[in-house]
Amino acid sequence: MFAASSLTGTFTTLAKQFEAAHPGVTITTSFGASSALATQIVNGAPADVFASASPKNMQQVVTAGDASAPTIFAKNVMEIAVPPSNPAKVTGVNSLASSSVKVALCQPQVPCGVTAAKVFKNAGVTVKPVTLEPDVKSVLAKVELNEVDAGVVYVTDVMAAGTKVAGVTIPANVNASTSYPIASLSKSSNSAVAQAFVAYVLSPAGQSVLTAAGFEKP
Amino acid sequence: MTGPDAGELVVAAIVRRGDFTLDVEFSAAAGEVVGILGPNGAGKSTLLAALAGLTPVSSGRIVLDGQPVDDATTGVFVDASSRPIGFVFQDYRLFPHLSVADNVAFSPRARGLGKQAARAAAAAWLERFGLSEFASRKPGQLSGGQAQRVALARALAADPTLLLLDEPLSALDAGTRLDVQTELRTHLQNFAGPCLLVTHDPLEALVLADRLLVLESGRIVQEGSPALVARRPATEYVSKLVGLNLYSGHADGSRVTLDEGGSFVIPDQNQHGDVLVAVRPSAVAVSLRPPEGTSVRNTWPARVVGLTLLADRVRLDLSGQPSILVDVTPAAVADLSLRAGDEVWLAVKATELEVYNRKPSP
Amino acid sequence: MDTVDTAAPRTRLTARERDRRAARGAGSRSVPLPLLAPALVAVVFLVLPLVGLLVRAPWGRLISILRGSDATQALVLSLWTATVATAIALAIGVPLAWVLARGSFPGQRLLRALVTLPLVLPPVVGGVALLLVFGRAGLVGQYLDKWFGLTIPFSPIAVVMAETFVAMPFLIITVEGALRSADRGFEEAAATLGASRMTVFRRVTVPLIAPSLGAGAVLCWARALGEFGATITFAGSFPGRTETMPIAVYYALENDPDAAIALSLVLLLVSVVVLVSLRDRWLRTGAAS
Repeated sequence: MFAASSLTGTFTTLAKQFEAAHPGVTITTSFGASSALATQIVNGAPADVFASASPKNMQQVVTAGDASAPTIFAKNVMEIAVPPSNPAKVTGVNSLASSSVKVALCQPQVPCGVTAAKVFKNAGVTVKPVTLEPDVKSVLAKVELNEVDAGVVYVTDVMAAGTKVAGVTIPANVNASTSYPIASLSKSSNSAVAQAFVAYVLSPAGQSVLTAAGFEKP
Repeated sequence: MTGPDAGELVVAAIVRRGDFTLDVEFSAAAGEVVGILGPNGAGKSTLLAALAGLTPVSSGRIVLDGQPVDDATTGVFVDASSRPIGFVFQDYRLFPHLSVADNVAFSPRARGLGKQAARAAAAAWLERFGLSEFASRKPGQLSGGQAQRVALARALAADPTLLLLDEPLSALDAGTRLDVQTELRTHLQNFAGPCLLVTHDPLEALVLADRLLVLESGRIVQEGSPALVARRPATEYVSKLVGLNLYSGHADGSRVTLDEGGSFVIPDQNQHGDVLVAVRPSAVAVSLRPPEGTSVRNTWPARVVGLTLLADRVRLDLSGQPSILVDVTPAAVADLSLRAGDEVWLAVKATELEVYNRKPSP
Repeated sequence: MDTVDTAAPRTRLTARERDRRAARGAGSRSVPLPLLAPALVAVVFLVLPLVGLLVRAPWGRLISILRGSDATQALVLSLWTATVATAIALAIGVPLAWVLARGSFPGQRLLRALVTLPLVLPPVVGGVALLLVFGRAGLVGQYLDKWFGLTIPFSPIAVVMAETFVAMPFLIITVEGALRSADRGFEEAAATLGASRMTVFRRVTVPLIAPSLGAGAVLCWARALGEFGATITFAGSFPGRTETMPIAVYYALENDPDAAIALSLVLLLVSVVVLVSLRDRWLRTGAAS
């Protein structure tokens, strides 16, 4: 199973639950930036299920003929993660525009980068980051290590990080969201199990895991 | 420093290297060429290394030109780079990445002279050695003889008080060696300070040195002029090594008139001028009566002065024109009932004589 | 009766082969098959991916791709950081190599193992380690930040440091090996000629190990140029400031694979030019000096 980095916590739990309910089934997951995963799948990486953090990367896979009929299973909005001590005293999106604040963002072509750009457009600010990381977990890591003053990640990431980071909420009127599609892959050799897993993610039991982690309903 | 000790080398030291102990006491006066002979493992390299400052003495001291350069009692140790020595290595060790001129200029530059001054000094030395045309060549492009001269020039360019040579001619083939030998003798004689020369070739020692030191197992077993050491070898090794008859004389066509009296017929028809003639003791035949109807060209009467019993032969010391050392078997001595004072006849074939020019080749 | 030795293998040599062998001298026989076959496999394995790059390159769009991308910035950054990293490695790595080769002190073997650790350490681990020491909250970094307001991560300095960290051990190992096997006789000779130890080092030791020094420097430079894990972890990535060529290629792969190939080609071309121009002079380690 290939899944976006932001799904690390939730999909690990979902996989364990599915394995418990279906003895004899083992699920291995590879987490990474959706854009990177999509490229890998298109180039022949063996996978049964793909859960992307943006419809654009799923479309890449569909166009290549490796998936069909994806379903949106969750939504995520952004939040600013800061080190617990909030050394730069970040209060909102506007703080990030200041040149004295070190900001980490995702690479512009990665879903969290795309969504963060939308947030800045909504807020009408220009942010100059010190680094563009390959995926959202790397941004989070930089914040946790107190190497940057702030990083723009998903709300689920702030929740998952617990006490290691503090969160600064982005007001709903400037915030942007991204939708998560999931699909079983056509080249899968376990299509029955793959489809069963997709169904599980969409089921109430699966959805409750996602909402508990901070995802919004699709 | 001037005066009777000027430039003198005084050594009274023990050097321990692993299991080996070198224990020597000797001196070398300014201008003197001391030849150090000895078998492998005798300690010749250790001695040179200690004199050069590449290894410290374990006890005793080395004094050069009145200054102690190594004193185990007071702790003084002047290391190699600060000692006024010149060292000619057996394998020359010319720096392969520097030209001949830069090799010779190395010491002046290392001691602080500017590039120009050092180059000029080097040029003077190259001129003196007749090496000017090779100045810009690399050591790899030199012949053995040329390399040897560059090595000597480089050592002398260091303006040393003491000159050390480690088997300076052993890397050369026999023909080149003879040519270089005479030239080397001239340079060594011209050197103002003491000069120590390690060699395993007795002829080289006899030709180049004013005085010989024979080293065996880390100790000096004999010291003296080459003639004395040759005549009166103190040990088996010395007699085997240095028992060689060497005569200086004047050649005229196929005959050499010896300085000390007598003459030899030599095989070469065209030798002229001052020469050295070498005769191995084992090449001479002894008979009680004058040889008759023989092909041998060189026969003369002599009187037995002494007999020395060596491991496998008897060495006879004979006086005559010329005097000579002769090796014969103990059985022969018994057969001929040879005793001190006996009058005998000696015969040596012209082809057994080795003749060397005493002047350097043009 | 004729006795013919039927056991002796006979080869048929053509006239051309005879000439070739006579010219090349003794020992110039052809490669035995048990060695030739695996050698060919190795060649194919190493060369085929390069051929793949050349075959799949978008030759038509090449110029427009490169013009529109971060290529120039990334390339310039990669080239100068790799060069500075190599210069630093030479300045501090050669003395260390000397100490390891010629010194004698307790813990020498441990020291040697430690300084070559970056060779086996995964580069990302190296990056994390650098972050923990020189990062804003790092062992040393916190004081740099507090006293001088200096932050190293996310700057080109960080790129240079990360590259030096992973590449310097290559230089140290090469030079140490050369110093160990160098003929000390020349150094002894230099000493007897009155040269101080530094003079001996400068005028004799270093020139004599020059080929190994060059080979080590080229290895170091090439390793620094290709570094990815340590730089992206410690220095992050930002176009023009810390986005090196390898990072640019990685990111391009997700967006536009053709761009990735184009950038890879540029990097490949630069590397080939450098290696070929230095090949004969420097890569023949220890050959007749």
